[in-house]
Amino acid sequence: MSTIKALRKNVTLSTIRRGIWDENPVFRQVLGICSALAVTNLLANTLVMSAGLFFTAAMSSFTVSLLRRYTPRDVRIMAQVLIIASYVICVDLAIKAYYPEISATLGPYVGLIITNCIIMGRCEAFAYHNPPIPALLDGAAAGVGYSVVLTFIAFWRELLGFGTLFGHQVLGDGFTHWTIMVMPPGAFFMLGITVWLFRGLLPPERRD
Amino acid sequence: MNGQPSALTVFVASIIINNILLTNFLGMCSYLSISKSVRPAAGLGMAVVFVMTITSALNYLVYDLVLLPLGLEYLRFIAFIVVIAATVQLVEMVMEKYTPGLYYLLGIFLPLIAVNCAILGVSLFMVIRQYSFVTAVAYGAGSGLGWALAIVALAGLREKMKRSRVHPALEGPGITLIITGIMALAFIGFSGMVPV
Repeated sequence: MSTIKALRKNVTLSTIRRGIWDENPVFRQVLGICSALAVTNLLANTLVMSAGLFFTAAMSSFTVSLLRRYTPRDVRIMAQVLIIASYVICVDLAIKAYYPEISATLGPYVGLIITNCIIMGRCEAFAYHNPPIPALLDGAAAGVGYSVVLTFIAFWRELLGFGTLFGHQVLGDGFTHWTIMVMPPGAFFMLGITVWLFRGLLPPERRD
Repeated sequence: MNGQPSALTVFVASIIINNILLTNFLGMCSYLSISKSVRPAAGLGMAVVFVMTITSALNYLVYDLVLLPLGLEYLRFIAFIVVIAATVQLVEMVMEKYTPGLYYLLGIFLPLIAVNCAILGVSLFMVIRQYSFVTAVAYGAGSGLGWALAIVALAGLREKMKRSRVHPALEGPGITLIITGIMALAFIGFSGMVPV
C-alpha cells in the first residue's frame, strides 16, 4: 500500500516538476509567448494575466480530461477550443469586474488566452489521455511555469523601464529610465535573454 | 466615428507602423517555428493574408449583425474562434477543389492558421477600436501583409545566420527573439510616417 502511495506522490511531484522546469512552456518549448511579450511591461498586469492563465490551464485540462471518453477524436480540437473559450470568458468577466483598469490595459490579450498554445498543448498532449486529477495538476504546473518566467521578465522590464516595482518608485531620481525596455523591442530582447539564461543553466545534452 | 483614421491610413499603418507581430506580438508561435527558410515562410505569410482578410470581414458582420443586437458581446470569443475555424476549413475545401496549385502551396499551413493568435487578435482589436466595416477589412488585410513581411524578412535573416556561430544555449528561439527585437527596433523608425 505504502509503495503505491509513494509512487503516486512521485508521479505527482514529477508532473509538477515537469510543468515548471523540465518542460517549462516558455523557455523550454517557447510556446504561448505572445502574451509573455505583450503584458510584461508592468508587474501588476503580469500577475493578473498569469492568474488568468493558471486558472484557465488547470480548469481546461481538468474538463477536457473529464470529457475525454465522450469526445469523438475528429472533433476533439474544436471541443477543446470551446472548453478553453468558456473559461476564458469567465476570466475576462472576472477581471473586468474586479480590476477594470488592468482589464483596459490588457485589452485583447485576455481573450487571446484561447489561442495560447500552452493550454491547447497540455490538453492535447496530456489531459486527453489521462484521468482528471493528474490533468488538473499538469495544467496547473504549466500555468505556474508560465507565471514564473513572465514574472521574471516583467520584474526587469518594469524596474529598468520605469524604475518602479508594482508602481512604487524603487530606483532613485538619478536613474535614467531605459525607455526601450517598456517598448516592443525591449520585450523581444528580454525574452531572448531569459531563454538564453535558463537554457544555459541546463546541462548541454538536454538543450536539444 | 469622429476622429477615426481613414481606411487607407489604417491599412498602411498596420503594415509597417503598428505591425501586428513586431508591436502587438501576435502570431509568435508559428513565426518562430516556420521561419527557418524563405519558401515555407512566404507560403504561410500568403495564407495568413488571405485568411485574415476574410475572417476580419466575417467577424465584423457576425459581431455587428448578430452579437450586438442580441446583447451577447461577451460571447464574442467563442463566436470569433468558431468563425475562424470554420473559415479555415471552408477555404481549405474550396481551394482544394478550384485552385489545386495554390492548395498544394498553402495546404499544410492552413490548419495551423486556425490557432494563429494573430487572426483572433485582429478581430478583437477591430472590435475594441470600433472600426467601420471598410476600415476593419483594411486593417485585417494590412495586418496580414505586415505579418507576412515580418516572417519573410526573418526567414531571410535566418538563412544567412546558418553560417554564423551562436552560443549553444542561445541557438534557436533565443537568437531568433533577439533578431526580432532588432527588427522591431528598426520598424520603430517608421513611426510618425503616417499620423495614426
